[in-house]
Amino acid sequence: MLHLHENLKTTTTPLRYDGHTSVFLPAVATIEDVKTETALEKIYTVRLPGGQNLGHVPGQFVMVSVPGVGEAPISVMSSPSRTGETFKLCIRKAGDLTGVIHQLQPGDQIGIRGPFGRGFPVDTFRGKDILVAAGGLGLAPARSLIDEVLDHRSQFGRLIILYGAKNPSEILFRDAIAEWEERDDVEFLMTVDRPDPTWFGHVGVITTLFPHVEVNPYKTVAVTVGPPVMYRFVTMELLGKGLTPEQIWLSFERRMKCGIGKCGHCQVNHRYSCQEGPSWTYAEALAFEEAL
Amino acid sequence: MSLYILPKERLPEFVRALQGNYRVVGPVKTEHGFAFDDISDPQQLQLDYTTTILPPKKYFLPQREVLFSYHTEQGDNGRQRIEMRPVYQGVEPTVIFGVHTCDMNGIMLYDKVFSEGFRDEHYMERREQIYVIGIECLHPCDEASFCKDMGTLTAPPVYDLHMTDAGDFYFVDTGTEKGERLLLDHVYVKMAEKEDIQKLGQILSSKWPRFRMRLKMSRDQTPALLTLGYQAKLWQELGERCLACGSCTNVCPTCFCFDVIDENDITLQNGERVRVWDSCQLYEFALVAGGHNFRESKASRVRHRLMRKGKYIKQVHGLIGCTGCGRCERACLVHITVPGTLNALHEEMQLEPGV
Repeated sequence: MLHLHENLKTTTTPLRYDGHTSVFLPAVATIEDVKTETALEKIYTVRLPGGQNLGHVPGQFVMVSVPGVGEAPISVMSSPSRTGETFKLCIRKAGDLTGVIHQLQPGDQIGIRGPFGRGFPVDTFRGKDILVAAGGLGLAPARSLIDEVLDHRSQFGRLIILYGAKNPSEILFRDAIAEWEERDDVEFLMTVDRPDPTWFGHVGVITTLFPHVEVNPYKTVAVTVGPPVMYRFVTMELLGKGLTPEQIWLSFERRMKCGIGKCGHCQVNHRYSCQEGPSWTYAEALAFEEAL
Repeated sequence: MSLYILPKERLPEFVRALQGNYRVVGPVKTEHGFAFDDISDPQQLQLDYTTTILPPKKYFLPQREVLFSYHTEQGDNGRQRIEMRPVYQGVEPTVIFGVHTCDMNGIMLYDKVFSEGFRDEHYMERREQIYVIGIECLHPCDEASFCKDMGTLTAPPVYDLHMTDAGDFYFVDTGTEKGERLLLDHVYVKMAEKEDIQKLGQILSSKWPRFRMRLKMSRDQTPALLTLGYQAKLWQELGERCLACGSCTNVCPTCFCFDVIDENDITLQNGERVRVWDSCQLYEFALVAGGHNFRESKASRVRHRLMRKGKYIKQVHGLIGCTGCGRCERACLVHITVPGTLNALHEEMQLEPGV
């Protein structure tokens, strides 16, 4: 009965102990590198056993474990094109588990299950203009798509990136942003809600960037990742640009405890965000009241 | 499959024989009502019980279940090392006696939930060792029952054996070969004759008038009713009454939502990851890091439970998510009931009586 999108790609970690498998048993992964990104976020480079490729698609997530503390869903930051023996996670210190993760160092082991969920159907994006609207930490999952597009640049049309941060100190990926600003084939616009004396750029919420971009609704796909409050307003802007609900992709964050469509926490009406989501088009989301 | 006859006075002997090879559980009388529990003396078994406090789901999905054990230590490089071993809890040959037809419908849903999509080995390993012996419901448990409305008054195909009380003997229907093997080597268990089968038919057909209907609509209409009534005022009223205690979901034979938590020993190096029953009625259920709660109001949580029971579970698994057992009604401290809610919704939406 589950309506599974053709682009849905879910895998479990095929680890076996004592002749049994358990979908709850994480793979033992090793942190290879930790980079402090902001006061709140760190980027972790993670290696699966034997350097096994994560095999994810942009927009999917993994369940990250620290035994003794717990497990939580974290979006994959790396694009498949930049995932070899390791992949990257950008983790905000937001609770008990992420607080402990922020104390971990290279060489420490963590548990990884996944990847889980339905990512963005990149294959159907080819030949089209890509508009990415990312708010706050939403830029991390968005990067899995952005880098995939950049690494296959000729296969896509324009790449428009709109990014909103709360304040200048929370701006992520400054190196990548510098590159995007430099490139002729990326249109990058950024805004902050609350400027400080160091800030000379655009001020306002992310929707204030929309008057500054022209989009061709005939061949644009929009991908929106950010806090729940952002979706309603960004979606209105995109519809105002002439995009149809089918052209607008959103990623729905929910509480998740299993990742396999059983524990019930991530339900959006009857849909399990961990399996049938987290990526849905606005057209699909219109069919469930709890989405926005 | 085949129909057998088990004389009532031989039941204790039959139970004792099973105890040699199986853990035997069934309904027993407690000071708070009937409950499924281990049977040490066959006389404890109360096959003419009304309803139990908890459904037999506790044998399928324990309230606390270890998924794996872990050990953490500092490795030679000074960094944290992890070892994890899966645990399969409660996997032992178990015979559950006296499962009512409503609860068998709950088991049927559980089997779908935990085998479809990602296969949950912890559930499946345990499930394969469980023998379900049903008992035909010939009388309603009490006023809270609405099994007839929900179409759960007949045994679904999840039983290994199914018993029907025929006065001085039980009819025993075999649902599986593994169930039929339980009957072997008991000389007092006889194959039913043609005239016996007629008697069984009479017993089964005469039971229906004893059960009343409580819903103003058919169960096939509940998904549409809930769709129409999504924005009903009723949810606000129920949200104000509800205490968000989670009793309804605890006692529900179709509720399977769980939380996953880590429990450390005193060294903080060893521990177990366990899953425990959770409830969508609790505040934290849909709360995410950063503080956003997707179902902050009690009204939205009460509505979600009813939506799951009457609509969502059917959309996902093809089976209605309520068995009409009445346990949530008995457990609710503020008398929120499934039939009361659906009927009030039907009233509020001013719908014509159902078929």
